[in-house]
Amino acid sequence: MGGHGHGNEAKSAGSDLPEGVVRVSRNMDASDRLFVPAIAAGLGQTVKHFFTNIFGKEKYTQTVQYPDVKIEYPHRFRGMHRLVPREDGNPRCVACFMCQTACPARCIHIVAGETDDQRIEKFPVIFEIDELRCVVCGLCVEACPCDAIRMDTGFHPKPVYSREDADFGKADLLGILGREEAKAAGQRAKDKPPATAAGTGRVERAHGDHGAGGSAGGYDHSH
Amino acid sequence: MDVWLPYAWDVVRLGGMLAILLGLAGPLTWAERRQSAMIQDRIGPNRAAIKIGNKEWRAFGLLHPLADVIKLLTKEDTVNIRADRFLYNLAPFISLVPALVTFAVIPFGPDVTINGVAYPLQVARLDAGILYMFAVSSLAVFGVSLAGYASASKLAMMGGLRAAAQMISYEVAMGLSIMGLVLYYGTLEPYAMVRAQGELLFGFLPAWGVFVQPLAFILFFTAATAENKRIPFDLAEGESEIIGYFVEYSGMKFGMFYMAEYIEVIVVAGTLTTLFFGGWQIPYLMDHGFVFPWGGGLDLSHAAVTVLRIGAFMGKLLFFCWFQLMLRWTLPRFRYDQVMSLGWRRLLPISLANLVVTAAVVLWLEA
Repeated sequence: MGGHGHGNEAKSAGSDLPEGVVRVSRNMDASDRLFVPAIAAGLGQTVKHFFTNIFGKEKYTQTVQYPDVKIEYPHRFRGMHRLVPREDGNPRCVACFMCQTACPARCIHIVAGETDDQRIEKFPVIFEIDELRCVVCGLCVEACPCDAIRMDTGFHPKPVYSREDADFGKADLLGILGREEAKAAGQRAKDKPPATAAGTGRVERAHGDHGAGGSAGGYDHSH
Repeated sequence: MDVWLPYAWDVVRLGGMLAILLGLAGPLTWAERRQSAMIQDRIGPNRAAIKIGNKEWRAFGLLHPLADVIKLLTKEDTVNIRADRFLYNLAPFISLVPALVTFAVIPFGPDVTINGVAYPLQVARLDAGILYMFAVSSLAVFGVSLAGYASASKLAMMGGLRAAAQMISYEVAMGLSIMGLVLYYGTLEPYAMVRAQGELLFGFLPAWGVFVQPLAFILFFTAATAENKRIPFDLAEGESEIIGYFVEYSGMKFGMFYMAEYIEVIVVAGTLTTLFFGGWQIPYLMDHGFVFPWGGGLDLSHAAVTVLRIGAFMGKLLFFCWFQLMLRWTLPRFRYDQVMSLGWRRLLPISLANLVVTAAVVLWLEA
């Protein structure tokens, strides 16, 4: 092979190479040329994995049998949106349009309405999120001043058959529990998928962590 | 009884050979996939199931080969419109048949004595058995190169050419690496070679080929892997780039190439066992029972010895099948020029030197 061989450390001093450039020789030594030691070492690795994964107590296996076994997402995973309800079951949202403004994908659509409650003044008549357009950036959650929209559900938007079904309305988004709340309520979040059909009625909260908040004094939207 | 027994025995030994080859080829496709999964820290295919009542039988994925066969048999058989139809249809058969018949000279058990007559557990006891083996296995190159040529596809053509060049190159080294053993044992007949490997070297070491000719073992194993076109010599297939000589084949014709590969794995394992690892011999097990070099022994009946020896052959065969799969999932692929230079510039001179040295030593031992 190459006659430059002073090993890997061949300095460029005095040669025609620019400063800082090192000429590396790729001479293999005798054991590399034989291949056999390297093959034996490689076989050692694969055999170790093979037997450990079959008989060992602590396996290397990284994959799971997906539909049967699911890996829970990390806590800060940004999943499906949900609207956080007040004690009476209505959304906390005051229709301030912060999320709609912040959204880079323009997937949030809000129509505001007036309410008699002087503390709130406004509420969303329509609150829609097009989950097909959503880029899952979480800016809406950051923008919200009332902590009314969260992405803490721990699951993805469910697959849909038509584009319209991916527009999740107010009732749909209210019906979803966050992961922690779902656990507290004694049920898995996945057991309560968002109602894809245009649910019109107000969704009653299952007795969750907010206690048995009665709906007395609620806002009457139907005036 | 003596009239029909030889014919019944023909059925037994033929059936034994086919049971080994065809019965193992299917599970080997399963083993390849599950084993690679175990090596790569995955779980591997285990979903094919048979439902009886309410219970699903998955059997660790062993039903996947069955599902594969059903798929291959019911798949549309496409032929490239510019293909040479005759050669195209002939090629898978030329690939499969040499793989099947090579095993005929490999003894998978000792002779069974019934009423004083010895019946062989070997389909064909040819005096030139080793030569037959090389002659037949070299026919496989026709199937591969014809498949590449007749498909009328550039990728298949490249695969076929690569396979032809590679198989012809490595055949030389493969044949020469065995010649040392032939010189040492003084026979070309596999059964006699296995018999000779039952003796002891220096009074304790079995005279297996691997102890007599360790270098030849590595040379032969390398060349046989190259003949079989498996990783690290799989550039005839090169499934990530050219898919190889069978790229145009579909359905069971593709299945036949696939089957030929696994049958060749078994044949290579059987050849290694027979030539280098004592065939059906178990160390210190003589025809009448164990005789240990440090004294003592254990008398066994003829039937018990026979069963033990057949079991020993099958165990060694399975080990080398496993080992070949292991190698495949350990090594990366050689480049084409590296394959050629390894074959012609390394293996060939080394095996020639091995042959000359062995010949000199054998001559010196006899003198």
